[in-house]
Formats: sequence, structure tokens, C-alpha cells
Amino acid sequence: MTSEIVETSGQSLSVASNDDRVRLREGSAVLRISESDATSKAGNEITETADPSEETRMILNMGPSHPSTHGVLRLILELEGETVERSKPVIGYLHTGMEKTAETLSYAQGSTNVTRMDYASPLFTELAFSLAVEKLLEIEVPPRATWIRMLMCELNRISSHLLFQATNGMDLGAVSMMIYGWREREEVLRFFEKVTGLRMNHNYIRPGGVAVDLHDGWQADLRNLLEIIPPRLDEYDDLLTGQPLFQKRLQGVGSLNTSEALALSATGPILRSTGYDWDLRKDEPYLAYDQVDFDVIVGTHGDSFDRFAIRLNEVRESLRIVEQILDLMPSGDYRIQDKKITPPPRARIDESMEALIHHFKIFTEGFHVPPGEVYVAVESPRGELGCYLVSDGSSNPYRMHIRGPSFVNLQTLPHLMRGGLIADAVAVISSIDPIMGEVDR
Amino acid sequence: MNVPTIEAFGQRVLHPAVEELIDLVTELKQEGFNMVVDLTAVDYFSFPTRTDLPESVNPERFEVVISMINHQTRERLRLRVQIEEQNPVAPSLFDLYPGTESMEREVFDMFGINFSDHPDLTRILMPEDWKGHPLRKDFSVGQIPVQFKASKAKR
Repeated sequence: MTSEIVETSGQSLSVASNDDRVRLREGSAVLRISESDATSKAGNEITETADPSEETRMILNMGPSHPSTHGVLRLILELEGETVERSKPVIGYLHTGMEKTAETLSYAQGSTNVTRMDYASPLFTELAFSLAVEKLLEIEVPPRATWIRMLMCELNRISSHLLFQATNGMDLGAVSMMIYGWREREEVLRFFEKVTGLRMNHNYIRPGGVAVDLHDGWQADLRNLLEIIPPRLDEYDDLLTGQPLFQKRLQGVGSLNTSEALALSATGPILRSTGYDWDLRKDEPYLAYDQVDFDVIVGTHGDSFDRFAIRLNEVRESLRIVEQILDLMPSGDYRIQDKKITPPPRARIDESMEALIHHFKIFTEGFHVPPGEVYVAVESPRGELGCYLVSDGSSNPYRMHIRGPSFVNLQTLPHLMRGGLIADAVAVISSIDPIMGEVDR
Repeated sequence: MNVPTIEAFGQRVLHPAVEELIDLVTELKQEGFNMVVDLTAVDYFSFPTRTDLPESVNPERFEVVISMINHQTRERLRLRVQIEEQNPVAPSLFDLYPGTESMEREVFDMFGINFSDHPDLTRILMPEDWKGHPLRKDFSVGQIPVQFKASKAKR
């Protein structure tokens, strides 16, 4: 299998590698057996196969309740000794029908629902949903709302990647890393709590703008964050990046080449780790990303170590963006002044009959969205997060579909794990960084 | 290939017939659309009066929606394929884009649309023995029964 990668840039995306391995129907790394089959075969050696080499293989179920599976991911592994031959991720243990629920909620209520999908980076789902609704409404949010959204999303990228650093370290046995990762993430969440009132599931980015303006003294809080996080990232470098043990656990483990990643529709750090420069913030700038300066981090080998290093350095890039937003944040409204879409301030309700009516209409019936369908994508910490929205002209979405990057990226798992040890499988799951809330929705 | 095309919010939307799908996607792939970003479906059971279809396209109950991207030109486009209710079958795109495997499984699970020639067409989110397809409009949302205890009024 060739996995040589030609120098790529945004313009010339020629790739010298092949994707035969992921195209196979038979004999690929994906174990296409049913869940009940896997349960009955689990632990027994397979004897009925025609291929004598498969006789020594064993089916093993890993998860759904396993500390390294990041929630409720179940894996059916076909093992030969301790080597993983084929595997299949089994999902759905966290499926709560959120796309169905979205059809029963109004657009104004919708962001409370979507924020619970990717619970490690909730603001991105809110953003994708809000951008889709705004596109259907054909409204433009005020500049300050756009910049607040960008600020919050970049901070969310930081907190999500810090969570990855924590769990990745823990999965590989660097248990102290877990405490450090959570510690820094908590600093970011503290800022979120001040702004949105909640550490997670913020419901902060809403159609028409954001829920509330930034609090007084947010600049000082941000400067504090910008001061404490960078030196701690350097500590991570000391603790992890340069450590031979850590490198040996990750380098060359779970490799993928660019064509395979593209064929499997993988996005985000998985695609970038193969040396392919694709980031929606740069390539399809939304919000105001064309007005800030940052670099897209890419890897070379497409292995677990590259994915780890990309995430660590993306935190640094996000900090760079946050620093620029501090200076560039415009003043003005934090949400659109359209009384049909955003509720009036509480104080107005006591004074104005109109305001009371608008308030009542928005919170009972919601606002109507013209018929149509739209697809909007944003770059979440895990890859392309899309929202496909169909409106029939009523105040509820007719259909809302979230293209979860974790859901799609999970398809790379069997290919990454093939030929590795079970212990490597743990490293690979961790390096994909799936959030099961978003996988199952 | 000449298929009815409309523009929706800056993105090209193509409306191929289900028989044309594979040929069209093959052609688009050669054109440089190197990734199927998303594949989903919509059940237009309770909204048959949609007006955003080109005139030559006959509306059916189901629609498979495929989002593709060309990384070279940064162009996105969407394919909306009408799938009839009586025989809900679409061709699988697995051989062209292996990444559609789990997306097609999700559509099969949620809408009951079959993908012919799919390597592993099984339920993905719902339990294996589940009856029905939850995202169809005639599948009820369901609710948790709540027992309200009546308290005796004084009057």
C-alpha cells in the first residue's frame, strides 16, 4: 500500500496514493456482520469458515461500556492473537432521535435541542443551525453578533481540544495528563459560564444573533485566559510531545492516506493529518474568518501522533484568533433588531403592548420561516459540521439533519485499526476523538 | 449529463431521476467533485405541495439528498433524487464513494429506503429488531406516559 503524499496546497491537490483498501466489499478491514451474530460468536473461535487461516480468529466485543470508548461506542473486533484483523463500530446506544425531536420544536426552541448533540463543542451545532435558519430567513446578523459567535466558537474549539488532550493522555496511560487537560478546559468553561450562564449546552447562539451580550470586563477575563493557557500548552509539549514512550505509542499507529480519507468522507484533523490542507474556515470562510490571521495545521503521516499534534497546535492557532478578536470586536447590537425574530427586552414588556404581543408570539408559536431547503457547513473541532434544513413555511423545521463529523469519521476506524494490537485500537479510537452524542444524535 | 438544475442560496441543486443517479455521480466525480459530504433523506409525506422543484420533476414522497463538494474549485452542489413510496429503492454510491456506507445505512434505518448493492444494509442507530422507520412522517413521536394523580377538590 503506497501512502506517499505529495506536497499539497489549497490550489493543487494532487495526491499520489491509492484508496483500494477502503473500497473493498470483501476482505476489507470492515467486519460486516450483524450485532446478534457478533454476540453469539463472541469469545468462540471461528471454525466454520472456508479459509483455514481464519480458524484461529476470535470475535471480541469491546464496549459499549468501556472506559476507552469515549461514551457508548461498541466495537466488534476480529482478533488473531492480539492483532486486530477486522472490526466494526456499533453505534446507536445514545440515539435519542434528536432529528425527530427537532421537527416538533419551533425554530426558536431548536438551538436548545441541537446544542445537546456534540456536547464537547455545543456552540458549533448551534452555529450551524442558526446560520441555516438565517439563510432561509434571508437575514444578516449585526457584526458584533458575528464576532461574538466567532470568539465563542474559537474558545469552544480550545476547550474541546483540551478535552481531547486529557482523554487521549488517559487512554495512553498518561493519567496525570487527564487532570491537566481538564484543569485548562475548566478555565475556558468558566468564561463560558460567565457569558452564557452554563458550562455546557449553552443555547447561546440563536437564530438572529446571540442570547446575551458579553459581560462587563470580558476583555480582562480573556486576557487572563490568553495568559494562562499558552505556558500550559508548552508543559503539554514537555509532558507528551517530546516523550519517547508517548511517541512510540502513537507514531505509525493508525495510518491513513489522503485518498483514503477523502474516499471515506473524513474531515477535520483526520483529513488534515494526511497532509491535506482543508479547513472550512480558510477555504469557505464563514462568519468573519477572512478578517483574522491564522494558519491551518496539517500533518504528514496521517497517524495518531499527527492527529494529536494537530489538535495541540490548533489550540495555539485558536488563541491567536482570540487575541485578534479582542482588538477587532466591533460595538453595536448583539442580535438582530427584528421583533418578529428576536424577543423584546424584558423591561419593554411592561411598557409596550406591542412588545408583549411579540414576546407572546415568539414564545408560543415561534416565527415562520419561508419554505425552502438549505445546507450550511461550519468547521467544528472534529471536522465539517453541516446542517440541512427543510422548511415548509411553518414555525417548526420540516426536517432538520445534522451532518455530524464524528459519525462520518467513525468509518475510518476499522481501516485505522487493522493489523494493530488491541492496545493500539484504544489509541486509534482516542485519536479520532468521537463524541457519541453527535454520532448517535 | 443534462438534468433539471435550480439554484438555492448560492448552491447548485440537481434533480436527477433515480435511474440516472449513478451515471451522474460518476460524471461529477470525473469533473472533480471528490467527496460526498452528506447523504440524507426527507419524507415529504405531509408537505407534498413543495414548490422548489423544477417543472419537469415529478414529486414523490421520499427524496434522497446528496451533498457533494469539489475541493479544487470549492464548489458545493446538492442532488435531490425523488424516490417513490411503493418501491423505495436507490442505488448505493458505495463503489464510487465508500464514505457513504454509514450514511446510507442511516437513511435505510430512519426512512426505510433501500440501497441496492450496498455491502451491509442493516440498521445502524435503532436496535436490530426495531419495527418501523422513525424519521418517516407517519411514525409518531411517542411520549413517556405520565400518570397525573387526581386530588380531590374541596367543593
